Amino acid sequence: MAHLDIRGLAARYGDAQVLDGIDLQVERGEIVSLIGPSGSGKSTLLRVITGLLPPERGSIALDGQTIDYADRRSVKAARDRLAIVFQQYNLFGNMDVLRNVTVAPVTIRKRDRREVDAEARALLDRVGLGDKLHAYPDQLSGGQQQRVAIARALCLRPEILLLDEVTSALDPERVGEVLDTIRELASDKITMLIVSHEMSFVRDVSHRVAFMADGRIQEIASPEVIFERPAVKRTQDFVGRISRRSGSA
Amino acid sequence: MLGEILSEIPRVFTPYNLLLFAEAALTTLLLSGVGCVAGLVFGFGLALARSTRSWPFLPLRILALVYAEVVRRVPFLVTLMLFFFGAQVVGLDLAPLTVALIATSVISTAFVGEIIRSGLQSVRPAQIEAAAVMNFTPWQRLRLVALPQAWPLILPPVFGYFVLFIKDTALASQIGVLELTDAGKILNTKGFSSFLVYGTVLILYFVISYPLARLGSHLESRLGASRHPRTRGSLR
Repeated sequence: MAHLDIRGLAARYGDAQVLDGIDLQVERGEIVSLIGPSGSGKSTLLRVITGLLPPERGSIALDGQTIDYADRRSVKAARDRLAIVFQQYNLFGNMDVLRNVTVAPVTIRKRDRREVDAEARALLDRVGLGDKLHAYPDQLSGGQQQRVAIARALCLRPEILLLDEVTSALDPERVGEVLDTIRELASDKITMLIVSHEMSFVRDVSHRVAFMADGRIQEIASPEVIFERPAVKRTQDFVGRISRRSGSA
Repeated sequence: MLGEILSEIPRVFTPYNLLLFAEAALTTLLLSGVGCVAGLVFGFGLALARSTRSWPFLPLRILALVYAEVVRRVPFLVTLMLFFFGAQVVGLDLAPLTVALIATSVISTAFVGEIIRSGLQSVRPAQIEAAAVMNFTPWQRLRLVALPQAWPLILPPVFGYFVLFIKDTALASQIGVLELTDAGKILNTKGFSSFLVYGTVLILYFVISYPLARLGSHLESRLGASRHPRTRGSLR
């Protein structure tokens, strides 16, 4: 049974059909990356999974249990098992780094404060921010904020981690530090769904890569297949364009 | 000139006149206090009603929108008269002070509600979404994320409004409420020195509004500090 099982998923923003029949099964511990042009629905898919945008039709199941997005309790139960890291970090501006990481486990999940505190410190150490515990988000660089956001997501002990273009708001020199952090997580056997434009990173870290366009998964295969011998013409064009761009850069 | 004014002092500040000033000042204080508290409490409710996005609360949202937009566009005096004569039309026997208290609360709620709403809106919705995904309840999102960031933006205009509002309570004299401006008018008509009478009224308005302005700056620095401790010094 797939850890995350998405079938026939469709969603829209007003008149725009953003997702149009997504089928995706992610196994436990698997890392699947979503690539594709802007507007192809990659980030929307993560928003639908987390319940920020209601699906129009189709289903999402975690370990075989279908999430009922119309039922608050069902969404809450699903959210207890997920964590998402946003493109714009979305740290709480009124809380310092440590509190940003501990607030949900302590206040919402009601875990022991001392235990959470120790775990948060260890996580922040791991992402290289052990000396920034009491800094506020606007005192940190984008890369540092993004690493806090990753630590905050991990402190929730998620079964599935969703990463939404976590490097696209960063200066080029900050990208490496965030990607290194995620690479390290990959060895933790946590299920991950990654939206990214960093092709070398995607290739390096993913078990499978899905190419999305027009709200559908056009092709899903191993990184080698997607980047070297894609079966679908649109994937070939996209990967070709991206490689030329990174080659000329 | 100065000698003339000084010689008037014992005539103006008789026990009877002092009592009149005190009673009027208390009424102004009562109108201002009730207006400010009602503005904060009901204004907060109004702000939440206007910010709600869920379908079942849509009628409440529309009601709050109409209330805020209409009340803020009608002059205070007109609202006051409307309540005064409206109460008579529907057969409610309300004292002018009660009418004034209701009218000031209604107006203050609309203005303060809008200030609170705009403060809450200044918090990036993405932070609220992040909290929602982490299973914060709507109340926790408000209490732990939105309000601590919004208060430092809400307080300066709210207290600025309160100080203006204290002066507006003078209009209550138009429906026969004995407040500070009215007391000044009465004593002036009785032939007491206009300079001394209105000078006293001015000082009393200052005495009422200054502590409020100070309280505003104090809260602003405390809540501002809670948002960002490192700026504690600069906010004070």
